[in-house]
Amino acid sequence: MTTQPNTAAPRRGVPIWVQVTIWAALLALLAIVAMGLRRAQQGTVQPGDEIPDFTLTLFDGYTYEGKSQVSFAELRGKVVVINFWASWCKPCEQEAADMEAAWRSYQPGGQVVFLGADYVDTEPEARGYLQKFDITYPNGPDLGTKISQFFRIKGVPETYFIDQQGKLVYVQVGPFSSEAQIHAIIDPLLK
Amino acid sequence: MKKPLAVFLLVFLLFNLWVGVASAQATTPSDDEVNAIAKELFCPVCENTPLDVCPTEACKQWRELIRLKLSEGWSKEQIQDYFVEQYGARVLAEPPRQGWYWLIYLMPVALFGVGIFILYRAYQSMRQPLPLEADEAQPPASPSLSDADLRRVEEELNKRK
Repeated sequence: MTTQPNTAAPRRGVPIWVQVTIWAALLALLAIVAMGLRRAQQGTVQPGDEIPDFTLTLFDGYTYEGKSQVSFAELRGKVVVINFWASWCKPCEQEAADMEAAWRSYQPGGQVVFLGADYVDTEPEARGYLQKFDITYPNGPDLGTKISQFFRIKGVPETYFIDQQGKLVYVQVGPFSSEAQIHAIIDPLLK
Repeated sequence: MKKPLAVFLLVFLLFNLWVGVASAQATTPSDDEVNAIAKELFCPVCENTPLDVCPTEACKQWRELIRLKLSEGWSKEQIQDYFVEQYGARVLAEPPRQGWYWLIYLMPVALFGVGIFILYRAYQSMRQPLPLEADEAQPPASPSLSDADLRRVEEELNKRK
């Protein structure tokens, strides 16, 4: 038996720097996907989280202490209730009257501020909604969805209760069933 | 004499009718005109749904808003800018070519280029034969055996004779 001499030239594998680059790119891609998934599953901001400053530009005809914008930083020392709503949102209509009634009960005391942030809505319909439910607390569009993105809202209505120190204390996902439910959350914060 | 007058009146009436229709169209933009802009915008609520085919109440309102703005004489760019200001740049089907958004356009091209380069280099590297090592080019050196080993080899060979 004769053996043929091995004339084929030995071939190199993929260079190490190519392998490193490919693995690094894959890891970077996985990290980006993981971050996206984490953010998607994170849910809304959680009780105990400190709320940083934001500014709500109000609809024409609405003011807060004579100004057409509300800066959250200026509300420190007060309980702040932020309600995200939209005119196309039917569940928002269920709680609109209760929200307004609760606001009117707290307004004279000056310790509680209600803010309405109109989420991805059209202004004519939003105005119609505010008029229909005779909503008087400061309301404005969530321009560029910046405020809702910060709170990571999952839908409307959602209402966030922030204490006098600027910390989130409660999140209501979905409509309130009664005005008493709103009082039950706010009253303990005023003691 | 009466016939030319009748023809003139008929033409006059038809012209007025046509102008009336034309001006009515100008004040109320058609669905096609609205959808031409809506298809380049995405519903801000339901993800990945173009505004022109989105069936929700919110989208209907946005399409009516486009119609309203068109009837007020707004251009397509003005309407798109308004939507971006209200709902953020995510409503645009085609992200704006500015700032960080350039990454969306440049990254795929750059990654494709890097991929092609890596493949090219890898292909080149695999085609080149490995250089022979200096000791591989030499015939293998005979193994060094001790005297005891040599004796054992000779004994084995003698047994086989």
